[in-house]
Amino acid sequence: MMAYIVRRTLYAIPILIGVNLLTFLLFFVVNSPDDMARMHLGAKRVTVEAIQQWKAERGYDRPLVINTSAEGMRRFTDTIFFDKSLRLFAFDFGQSDSGRNIGHDISQRMWPSLAIAVPVMLVGLLVNITFSLLLAFFRGTYLDFWGVVLCVTMMSISGLFYIIGGQVLLGKLLNLFPISGYDVGAHAWKFLVLPVIIGVVSSIGSGSRWYRTLFLEEINKDFVRSARAKGLSEQRVLLGHVLRNALIPILTGVVVVLPTLFMGSLLLESFFGVPGLGSYTIDAIERQDFAIVRAMVFLGAVLYILGLLMTDISYTIADPRVRLE
Amino acid sequence: MQTRTRRLWPCEVADKLPESRILFKIECISKYWFAFCLGLLLTGCGAPPWNNPYPASEAGDDVFYSSFSERPKHLDPARSYSSNEWAFISQVYEPPLQYHFLKRPYQLVPQTAARMPTLQLFDSEGRLLPEDADPSSVAISEYRISIRPGIRYQPHPAFARAPGGDFRYWPLGEQDLLNRFTLNDFAEVATRELTAHDYVYQIKRLALRSNHSPIAGLMGEHIEDFVAFGKEAGARQEIDLAEGRLWTDLRPIEMQGVKVLDRYTYSIRLKGMYPQFIYWLAMNFFAPMPWEAERFYAQPGMAERNITLNWYPVGTGPFMLSENNPNLRMVLARNPNYHAEAYPGEGSEQDRQAGLLEDAGKPMPFLDKAVYSLEKEAIPRWNKFLQGYYDNSGIASDSFDEAIQIGASGEARLTPDMRAKGIELDTAVETSVYYMGFNMRDPVVGGDRDDPQDRERARKLRQAIAIAIDWEEYISIFNNGRGEPAHGPIPPGIFGNQGGEAGINPVVYRWHKGRAERRALEEAKQLLSEAGYPDGIDPGTGTALVLYYDTALAGPGSKSMLQWYVKQFQKLGIQLVVRSTDYNRFQEKMLKGSAQIFSWGWNADYPDPENFLFLLYGPNSKIEHQGENAANFSHPEFDRLFDRMKNMPNGAERQALIDRMVGLLQQESPWLFGFFPKGFSLHHAWYRNARPHLMANNTLKYKRIDGELRARKQRDWNRPVLWPVIVLGVLLLISVIPAIRDFRARERSRAR
Repeated sequence: MMAYIVRRTLYAIPILIGVNLLTFLLFFVVNSPDDMARMHLGAKRVTVEAIQQWKAERGYDRPLVINTSAEGMRRFTDTIFFDKSLRLFAFDFGQSDSGRNIGHDISQRMWPSLAIAVPVMLVGLLVNITFSLLLAFFRGTYLDFWGVVLCVTMMSISGLFYIIGGQVLLGKLLNLFPISGYDVGAHAWKFLVLPVIIGVVSSIGSGSRWYRTLFLEEINKDFVRSARAKGLSEQRVLLGHVLRNALIPILTGVVVVLPTLFMGSLLLESFFGVPGLGSYTIDAIERQDFAIVRAMVFLGAVLYILGLLMTDISYTIADPRVRLE
Repeated sequence: MQTRTRRLWPCEVADKLPESRILFKIECISKYWFAFCLGLLLTGCGAPPWNNPYPASEAGDDVFYSSFSERPKHLDPARSYSSNEWAFISQVYEPPLQYHFLKRPYQLVPQTAARMPTLQLFDSEGRLLPEDADPSSVAISEYRISIRPGIRYQPHPAFARAPGGDFRYWPLGEQDLLNRFTLNDFAEVATRELTAHDYVYQIKRLALRSNHSPIAGLMGEHIEDFVAFGKEAGARQEIDLAEGRLWTDLRPIEMQGVKVLDRYTYSIRLKGMYPQFIYWLAMNFFAPMPWEAERFYAQPGMAERNITLNWYPVGTGPFMLSENNPNLRMVLARNPNYHAEAYPGEGSEQDRQAGLLEDAGKPMPFLDKAVYSLEKEAIPRWNKFLQGYYDNSGIASDSFDEAIQIGASGEARLTPDMRAKGIELDTAVETSVYYMGFNMRDPVVGGDRDDPQDRERARKLRQAIAIAIDWEEYISIFNNGRGEPAHGPIPPGIFGNQGGEAGINPVVYRWHKGRAERRALEEAKQLLSEAGYPDGIDPGTGTALVLYYDTALAGPGSKSMLQWYVKQFQKLGIQLVVRSTDYNRFQEKMLKGSAQIFSWGWNADYPDPENFLFLLYGPNSKIEHQGENAANFSHPEFDRLFDRMKNMPNGAERQALIDRMVGLLQQESPWLFGFFPKGFSLHHAWYRNARPHLMANNTLKYKRIDGELRARKQRDWNRPVLWPVIVLGVLLLISVIPAIRDFRARERSRAR
């Protein structure tokens, strides 16, 4: 397995270079270094000298990818792309264009993201699996029919509606939770309940339908029939056999997103005023802070690759027949 | 052998019970559930609201709660130039002057200054000139500013000293910074007295290019030796950096234009005359900066920990930034070292009736703390205001109808729901102008500069468009009526603005029955015809004249507004092509002068007509000088009048000049004057001294909160409503019963 992990890690390097290059090109197609300088220096009384100074201080006064005025390797190394990208591979994110330490900011802001994302994922998983097992158990009955109708309805509703509706209903009309906000320490829980409820409820539709399909696929297989023939209760058949055998596709969906939980939820964080990494990325895009954008995209890519690797490894745990070679 | 009985789980109990007992058990559970819910209901009565986002213990305190939607980028007074940044740092930093809170028109008064600065004029030989000297003979204007002794800085680690007298936190090594990530991690703090040196030091900071002060260019034109100092200090900084020193001490480097005369007095020498300079002395750019603080923040390792001057301001103001987490909240706490300042006692009769003079003579600030929470979205912000968790609020267009009713005569008043809550409305025409501009270098709308006939053609075309675009309709549709149509570039409340018949734009309006009435479309068509475009037909092509509108507006939200513009031009038969782009490209087009028609706005720096009329001053054009004259308007007569007007004191003579300038602009129509936005803000009954001030940002110290009333209202408005939750729980419980029955029936059924 170790050889497999090493090989996958090596594969990751060209992928990350590609992601980095793509981010770089997309960003600079839309924003020139002059635009970035103007954005950071403000709209009033900005002089050409100030723009040049800003660019020079941050290394944006160099060519983007190829330096035609340099010779040898410096044609590639004396460029914005090389200067800004190489350090990322050592996870040195450097400073944002406004001068803040990105690594420090990420380490601070990942906790609020996790505080919402982890409960949403765990509670959501529990609710979705329970609900879909119930639907699978009552398959073909009116409960199954109306359950699926409910799921499709919930899937069709925009995430934004859940957020605004949840804030209005539970926060404003019933006065049960703060509408938005966040705090650290012991007071944090009261700000987390509402976004977690909304996060879980909004995922029930699609999650339950997906898991129901997986369970129904397993429930008609021979080993389930054998289990029933042995006289096992339906409860044990569902939990001990159907659920266990449906774990691989569930793991595929769950483990791959585990590392990316750090990245936070853009919408939830924005509407609830949660200072997580989701809102960090959105803010950076709005402020044209390339240093943060590339750091977050790079981090996202690394975490996604890590998630895929973890998924592969988890297969071997869920199904002993799987071997990674 | 010991036998142990295991307590059964409820589900296991259920398995062992007959069905009738299960129902009984559910009933039992329901009883407990009911008792629990009743308990919750009782808990809800009289207890602090559950949805209170703040600690319950603070509800009755002198704490101000508000929100901000955009995180401030810079808190360094040399660099900060946005209203959302000044909302914070103006409570911390104290320039020598400030605006009187109640007096209108806006009036400067001393803040840390002992009295208003004195001005002395000198000719090129250094001889003292009389106050009313001809501006052309003035070579140097010298402002002399004396500050009050005994003013002290907020507690700050930069001032802390060890018992031996050395600075406690300078120099710091990497080891000293272990486990220090915020300013609060430096346990020892101290203060020192404010001196004239600190003001001079800050002015020197403005000149240092690495500080990126947005006014460095402007001040370089006015303050003597400013540019040369910047170069010398920059060179010194490069040497320091090369030798590993992160801080450059600006104290030993002389700037001729700024001098410390004694511990409490300093002077600023300007080249020629610049009467508007005094307004800059009320801005944060000219607030004091203790050199110790700059040196403290410049130490190695500080920037890596985000402990910078840009993040942690240090001042003498009524508040200090005790928590700076702009991703969550920013908290201003009362500065324990704040000098004595009393609430103003002078105001109008209207102020007295509004209760704005009740606190006259009382020491400020009235608040212990101000908590600003980040609210990016308008809906939660509005809902929290209605719940009483924000003391004041603006009105987003989504909430406008819920908050405001427009009366038959166009006056805005609160809806009954708002009045029932005791919410109050403040309105004020902002010192801003929003306009549509023509690029005067464009051959179609600006005309050939060397051909008087072509210039006349273009002028008539612009005038026709000016009549056709119905700004009253725009304000009504897109601004919920929050604005006043502009007849010139100077907003109301600023010297030079003329109201009534004297102030109307005669090209676009006529005075009829005591009000300005937009001229008929036929007059616009007549002008268009005279311009050579009868019915909007371009004789060159034989089809509709095509004009181009460049804008940074894009997306579905802007579509209706852009279509409205197209419709306005269509009234004249002109085809308007909208060229939407992003803001970056738009700015680039403006810089290159490739836009034809555009929209822009300007927010006053200071309440002087010069700050608006300079937007059309030739030597300030965007294409040639990267200035703020985005229309690139250049008119020798206007420029000549501007040069005279800018150095004059307010009075009849200046007004006459301004009238001539505005009249000239109305005739030339380089702008469609658009409108002056009207600010609507709401506040709760417990928020006192809430008079809007459009020039001052340091108004938090005047505000007072009736905490007891707020706590009571918050409790009344936010009682938890539990019955829907209980009903939902009961329904779920009931719905489970058939499922359990079916489940058990299946469990017991024979295999088929």
